[in-house]
Amino acid sequence: MEKPTRLGLGAKGLVLTLVVAAVVYPLLGVIGTSFASQSDIIESTGLVLWPTHPSLEAYRTIFTGGVVTRALLVSIGVTVFGTLASLLVTIGMAYGLSRRGVVGSRFILMTALFTMLFNPGVIPNFLLINELGLYNTFAALVMPTLVSAFNLVVLRSFFMNLPDDLYDAAKVDGAGDFRTLVRIALPLSKAVIAVISLFYAVTYWNAFFNAMLYLGDNDKWPLPMVLRTFVLQGQSLDSASAGEAVAPVQSVQMAVLVVAVVPILCVYPFLQRYFTKGVLTGAVKG
Amino acid sequence: MAETATQVAGTRRKRAGKATAHGTGRHLTLRQRIRRDKVMLLLCLPGLLYFVVFHYVPLLGYVTAFQDYQPYLGYAQSAWVGFTNFTEAFTEAAFWSATGNTLTIALVQLVFFFPVPIVLALLLNSVVSDKVRRFVQSIVYLPHFIGWVIIVSIFQQILGGAGVVPDLLGSMGLPRYDMMSDPGAFPWLLTLQLVWKDAGWGTIIILAALLNIDKQHYEAAAIDGAGRWRRTWHVTLPGVAPVIILLLILNLGQILSVGFEQILLQRDAVGPGAGEVLDTYVYFHGIKDGDWGTSAAVGLVKAVIGTALVLGANKLAHFFGHEGIYRGADR
Repeated sequence: MEKPTRLGLGAKGLVLTLVVAAVVYPLLGVIGTSFASQSDIIESTGLVLWPTHPSLEAYRTIFTGGVVTRALLVSIGVTVFGTLASLLVTIGMAYGLSRRGVVGSRFILMTALFTMLFNPGVIPNFLLINELGLYNTFAALVMPTLVSAFNLVVLRSFFMNLPDDLYDAAKVDGAGDFRTLVRIALPLSKAVIAVISLFYAVTYWNAFFNAMLYLGDNDKWPLPMVLRTFVLQGQSLDSASAGEAVAPVQSVQMAVLVVAVVPILCVYPFLQRYFTKGVLTGAVKG
Repeated sequence: MAETATQVAGTRRKRAGKATAHGTGRHLTLRQRIRRDKVMLLLCLPGLLYFVVFHYVPLLGYVTAFQDYQPYLGYAQSAWVGFTNFTEAFTEAAFWSATGNTLTIALVQLVFFFPVPIVLALLLNSVVSDKVRRFVQSIVYLPHFIGWVIIVSIFQQILGGAGVVPDLLGSMGLPRYDMMSDPGAFPWLLTLQLVWKDAGWGTIIILAALLNIDKQHYEAAAIDGAGRWRRTWHVTLPGVAPVIILLLILNLGQILSVGFEQILLQRDAVGPGAGEVLDTYVYFHGIKDGDWGTSAAVGLVKAVIGTALVLGANKLAHFFGHEGIYRGADR
């Protein structure tokens, strides 16, 4: 094949640089602004990339108790418990449906898969949560999205693709179905489970709609609801936190955003290399 | 191929089963099979319960579409009103406005979002350096994991009233334009945000399709004297066309469900005239205004059309010779 032209290379480089900048600039801007002082914010327009007098005042404001601290704890709790519950149920179901010839497995699988076709809708879901007595409980943030049919299919395909010999060997050695899952299947599927955990954790961490629908008290709010009220709708935070705050409003808002984004930024690099495989198993085999 | 093989094996097994129904231990009664598989079935149970309770049982809630539903009376005591809720909704201007907005937004997204991941994937694929490609990939996948509240907040900081762009325009002596509160720009704003969030993520499936194209085709084309662009046109595009058609069809199936959370968060800034879509209509009329019956009726219509569209789309995908979404269930 011929060498790429210099013009082509330059154009490609330029476009890719712009694409990367379009993703990175807003995130860096948000992080920078959260450390900025009032003068930095007035001087710059909108976002401060590099604060001249960095201060932690904004973080002190949101972490000294009050709305944001509480919401952060709620979000962490919901994310941890929700992800664990989702994983347990998804692993069980995916494994239960992964071996051929299990009675009724086809029917159970179809029951799960059909839910990808339709969505019960806001009103019936709301009425159900009410009837179950889950309104205004944290369970209402977890239960409605407990299992994703997509994740189920991904994990099931993975279990099915493990070599049959392994399962046979386990059986010969006298391991029951449950022992085989714990000793053979799970250790071999750590990577897929990591990706699925990320998918679930991100769903719970970002969950906003369920919180808005099902939580009446604002002292139960998770982080996204706080973001909406104090960053998007611009309500002031000081009713909840101490009035001594000296940090600029904008850097406080950006600090809340940073708190919401940073956990994602932290786990993402470790799981990123597994994505393609996980996503494709779901898309192609699903 | 593997699927056909297992299917054949399956039929054979079934036939053998008929012949020796009361034969050796291989062919058990239902009760024996349940006992044999009890661990597997128990493992499935919580998940099955979840799907039934949270996806099938709520469907019963759609009876409210045919009732004058009063929350304190419940389903049992609320009065039945036949199709009144439906006729009421269909004569309401707000419903048609929401339908119009939904279709407009869907169309703008289809034309201006759908091709972006394809172009981006082709571009990434043409990058020779593995390191550069992986780096760009890991950067562009990231926004997919950022929630809508965060994304809208960031956009507010950049495009909103006091944001970067209006300030920049102002300093150049131009009018300070706030895209976030311009009703006319709403579909474009949503599409822009969608591109930021998911264009990178969308490349995954197309990059995989590109990997599957036989390298020999490129060599053969090059020997025949095809240049860079001709090879893209005659080898690359036909190679990924099946995936693109499949994605397009599936997209059409989802046409009535434009981003619910994303729109809900920004509807207030542009007003319901431009910002109301079918999903938000149902939410505001039903849960906010307590107009349960009418909004359940609208929700039901939307759900039925939506399901029909997805089923139709899947059929179409099969018709074009692709696997569609639910073939995996055959295994």
